[in-house]
Amino acid sequence: MPEATPTREIFLHFSTWMEVVFYVVSAVATGIFLYGSYRRIQKYRRGRKENRFDNLGGRIWRALITIATNSTVRKGDRFGGLAHTIILWGFVVLFIGTVLVALDHDVLRFFSLKLLQGTFYLWFSLILDIFGVLFILGLIMMIVRRAFFKLPELNYDRPDAQDGKVDRSGFVTDDMLFVWLLLLIAISGYFIEGFRIAETMPEFERWSPVGWALASMSGSILDVEGVVTAHVWSWWLHALLVMFFIAYIPFSKMMHIFTDAANLVFHDPDTGRRLPSLPLSSEPLEEGKKASQVMGYTHITDFTWKELLDFDACTKCGRCHVSCPATAAGTTLSPRDLILDLRTFANEALGTPEWLKQKFQTGSRWPVQNKTDGNGHIDVADKVIRPETLWSCTTCMACMETCPVGIEHLTSIVQMRRHLVDGGNFDENLQNALMSLGDYGNSFGESPKKRSRWTKGLKFKLKDARKEEVDLLWFVGDFASYDPRIQALSRIVAQILHDANVDFGILHDGERNAGNDVRRVGEEGLFEMLAEDNIKALKKAKFKRIVTTDPHTLNTLRNEYPDLGAEYEVLHYTNLITELIQQGKLPVKTPQKRKVTFHDPCYLARYNGETEAPREIMKAIGLELLEMPRCGTNTFCCGAGGGRIWMDTSNEQKRTSEQRIEEALDVPGVEVFVTVCPKDYAMYTDAVRALGKEDKIVVKDLIELVAEATSDSI
Amino acid sequence: MVRADRFQRDEGVDTKPMNIVVPIKLVPDLVEELEINEDGTDIDREFLTYRINEFDDHALEEALQLKEKHGGSVTVLALESEETDKVLYTALAKGADRAVKVTGLPEGLSSHALARTMGQALSNIDYDLVLVGVQAADDRDGQLGVLLGKTLGIPHLSVVTDIAVEGNTLTLHKEYAGGIMAQFETEPKVVLGIQAARVIPRYAPVSRVRQLMKEAELDEVEASDIDLGSGTSVRRMYTPTRGEGAEMLEGDAEEIASRIADIINEKRS
Amino acid sequence: MSQDILVVVEHLDNVISDVTFELLGKGRELATATGGKLLAAVLTSSAQSLAEKLGVADQVIGVEDPQLQHFNPESYLTALSSVVEKKAPRLVLIANTSMGMDLGASLSVERNLPLVAYAADVEMEGDAAIVTSHLYGGKIYSESVLDADSGIVSILAGSFPAEPGKKDGTPELEILAAPPALSDTRLRFKSLIQPEAGDVDITQEDILVAVGRGIQSEDNLPLAEELAKALGGAVCSSRPIVDNKWLEKNRQVGKSGLKVKPRVYIALGISGAPEHIEGMKDAELIVAINTDETAPIFEHAHYGVTEDLFDIVPALTEKLK
Repeated sequence: MPEATPTREIFLHFSTWMEVVFYVVSAVATGIFLYGSYRRIQKYRRGRKENRFDNLGGRIWRALITIATNSTVRKGDRFGGLAHTIILWGFVVLFIGTVLVALDHDVLRFFSLKLLQGTFYLWFSLILDIFGVLFILGLIMMIVRRAFFKLPELNYDRPDAQDGKVDRSGFVTDDMLFVWLLLLIAISGYFIEGFRIAETMPEFERWSPVGWALASMSGSILDVEGVVTAHVWSWWLHALLVMFFIAYIPFSKMMHIFTDAANLVFHDPDTGRRLPSLPLSSEPLEEGKKASQVMGYTHITDFTWKELLDFDACTKCGRCHVSCPATAAGTTLSPRDLILDLRTFANEALGTPEWLKQKFQTGSRWPVQNKTDGNGHIDVADKVIRPETLWSCTTCMACMETCPVGIEHLTSIVQMRRHLVDGGNFDENLQNALMSLGDYGNSFGESPKKRSRWTKGLKFKLKDARKEEVDLLWFVGDFASYDPRIQALSRIVAQILHDANVDFGILHDGERNAGNDVRRVGEEGLFEMLAEDNIKALKKAKFKRIVTTDPHTLNTLRNEYPDLGAEYEVLHYTNLITELIQQGKLPVKTPQKRKVTFHDPCYLARYNGETEAPREIMKAIGLELLEMPRCGTNTFCCGAGGGRIWMDTSNEQKRTSEQRIEEALDVPGVEVFVTVCPKDYAMYTDAVRALGKEDKIVVKDLIELVAEATSDSI
Repeated sequence: MVRADRFQRDEGVDTKPMNIVVPIKLVPDLVEELEINEDGTDIDREFLTYRINEFDDHALEEALQLKEKHGGSVTVLALESEETDKVLYTALAKGADRAVKVTGLPEGLSSHALARTMGQALSNIDYDLVLVGVQAADDRDGQLGVLLGKTLGIPHLSVVTDIAVEGNTLTLHKEYAGGIMAQFETEPKVVLGIQAARVIPRYAPVSRVRQLMKEAELDEVEASDIDLGSGTSVRRMYTPTRGEGAEMLEGDAEEIASRIADIINEKRS
Repeated sequence: MSQDILVVVEHLDNVISDVTFELLGKGRELATATGGKLLAAVLTSSAQSLAEKLGVADQVIGVEDPQLQHFNPESYLTALSSVVEKKAPRLVLIANTSMGMDLGASLSVERNLPLVAYAADVEMEGDAAIVTSHLYGGKIYSESVLDADSGIVSILAGSFPAEPGKKDGTPELEILAAPPALSDTRLRFKSLIQPEAGDVDITQEDILVAVGRGIQSEDNLPLAEELAKALGGAVCSSRPIVDNKWLEKNRQVGKSGLKVKPRVYIALGISGAPEHIEGMKDAELIVAINTDETAPIFEHAHYGVTEDLFDIVPALTEKLK
């Protein structure tokens, strides 16, 4: 027999009816897939409109890079990330291989063309075999990870379960079905190959090493007839598994292949740090009338299509669940469960069938059992998600930072909070704070005229930037202006800037709370009011740049005020001090030989990506920085953000600030806990006191250490 | 005597929806330091911030609670001043149905004159109940509620802490010193001086207030021929001198705490 | 118009309130100044037993009617109005209390007499009565001139000592005929309701830690409770705390609450509105902590602190343990 051209017969030993059956089954599976996908898309179309199609090319490119490198999946979980990456690439290559086969057989054949032959076929065989092995390896890693690692991320217990136990076996089934189905498809694929090769054992098929090995084995067990029969059977098994897989995609976790790709395309990295203003009413408009704003989200149809897509994008990877400070504190909030509850409810309310209903209603009174009228007309913020759960969020953005697929938890939470604010569904402490902010522009209920009273202890007069031009406008913020403990820090800042000959001033009684946390509480109107007042004062003042000690203030001034027509360069004071040190304006006279640890503020590190400036200062003044396990953008949270500082926080079983101090105490040798945020300073001072660890660790703002380092030693 | 349980409210009885009017008084904000004007007969009103009298806020809340329970309407009334619009729109945002601004009068009106003005404004409003804050920080010549009741020729009751409605009958609690209460019954119309609403006054979301400012209208009525006299005149107003007041303790928290502890221990021993 | 001073006797269930004696004591002084008589108006079902306690007055004017057994704004006004019409006093002194508020202001309209409320002092200067009122939560004092022939002064309880007004012996008792309109009332008195007996009787405590608005939130109450525990005392409060339902009514000190007279009274974040001062100014030692240095409480306290109570109180608790 002459040496055959390396290639393969697709429907080897198939009778025509078998081919027909195959194509019919394929058509049915594809039909189900398309129908399921169509239902999903229809669901998203019922969401509120939002333009996320700007710079579509750039978006797609960014998403492709993220997907190809699997960077977000690998970040923070090397084992799971590696497994996912090789599964993904195995899947992609095998998929391309299958497409090539289909192309040859179903298209090119009719033009008497064939791709899969000769050298190309040999490389094709080899590459597919290698990626097939990687694919299987990845799947086995995943199965092992789930079976033996006991990861907290994969613990599906609900923090808000009423009796501690929630039946989420549906989740587990869905997860398992996914990996096992892929594994069976991969293995059965190898068996087809093996039995096909075993029939004639052509030499060129050594390019399919796995198939060749299986063929050699089966050849020693079965005769030729047996091999042919086994080939047909394995072929059908493989084909039917694949068809089931295709049909099942839209109704299972497998859909994440599409929803997550889409979600990564449509994700905006700026959401969260730049919240949307109030949504416009989607009611039909009367002639000539402008759409009025609605106060946040009441019904499931108030969510945007992107948010509905968010809910479907979740793969239950649980990273948000383990990084969320509210979850860690033992509140009822878990970002994962919030998203999953919304998904379940959206599916129920918007009529998308789920074949495997996630069964977490049992054992919990949430979400509600009531049937809706089909339009999702049930109060989502009150009945699907508990108000208490929504109020537990500190808006630290750890969930969004860690989410590998671009889910934007925070906007959904704030939009629902807006609805709660509108209905007065919040605690009295917060109400008092909001009323003070409305009446006086600060949460302390103090006269706005007393805002710059803290400057009284200074030996020099602070300029009024509204009256004389300054280089730098210092936006002081509420805590730094009114809290007696922070006032002392403000005076140090003022003294240092003064000593470094910085030309700076403040707005005195023209300043109001910047509104960052007011906005995150969901009191959008109050935020607008405060921002308008501030912008009025800012426009009156003459300055080049703004500096603030408060990262919360920094965030809204830098990222949110521009939308309101006030665009300035805004610095955190650590940026400024770094500058001054570099320029030699703050000579270090007394290096601080101390071992410290540093807490990155959420609003500085995560929201604004600044992790270096404080570390540079610490280095410059001689501090030895010993990092806690969670640092940089992976920082923990003090528990005060998003208006939590004004709320009744008694639902926290273990305060996050105390957990954080314990984390610091676990770092050997640390004497000082350094903060660069007024709220952090207040929270951690309290936490140290509450833990009774005053003799072990002391909380200091970096500015205090800078002051000590730049003063003459005694 | 009856125990001080809250009333058993019978949901079964057919209660007539009531139209409630809440006259609101704006008072100087006590968070700000008050200064005396040049001739020393009044506070300096030039840079004052005004806000709703806190008892009026309770009266409004109680009115809204009654409306939400029994139906009817709530109308708020206030004299025109710089902050009036905000206060009235806030009341609308909280759930009041109608807001009326009374124009044409100077600031710092006496309680007697205010009662005459409100009485005149009420002559064109259909009402069953008038709920008003029991007192205000500047009631130098008496409390508005009582004066208004007399002006309108309807009964009044001050220091009311509980209102129950059954059919056309109101059952009221008036509070005396030491927490003793007297129970009264009456039928509309009546003026009630509210001490505290059954729940703390609600919050008005600023978005709602701002939206109403754009969309809703305030009704205006002009006061005419109001006798502004109160029969008394102020010859002097002043800030009390810190005469023999307290001995002030200074220092840091620890030092002060030690001083206080010593003082108390001495007293106790 | 006479030069007499008429004091309206306030009673609850036929027991004369303390404030009445304070008014009588002051009334005696004023009557001396005007050269008139001191009259006491008793509106009740039976005047005799009350008159026996009113020895300071020159004359007791009684209006008796079963309708007057309990206070009713309408019948009391009708009765008082007839007394004022008959006697035409120079000044009518009424307590600025729950009952007095209803009575004073309505009498002013009914008889077209000027009224000054929130009064803490009244003096005669020649023909004119000068009334000092505590306004704006006690932050501002005002002096009003009552230069008409006749006027009403509504006096804050606790403004004058009660002792000078207490004297047994029945002065001349004149019973006026009850006006026929007396029983024509639209308000009907039903019953008196005693407060629920609370866990603590703050009037019996030696040491009280009082909290006001400055405590900011219900969450901060344990701070005061711990201090009270360290001192072996109890926690009480000003009105806003009770209005917010953070504490029970039986803890409220002041006009609509209880009058206390402990050995030590520590006021945390209390500004010292007249209504509150009225209930606690007789404490033997008053220590006030409030960041507002202009708070009226410092007028009445023996020791004052303007530092943050959240810093002082934990430190103090620690020291006292």
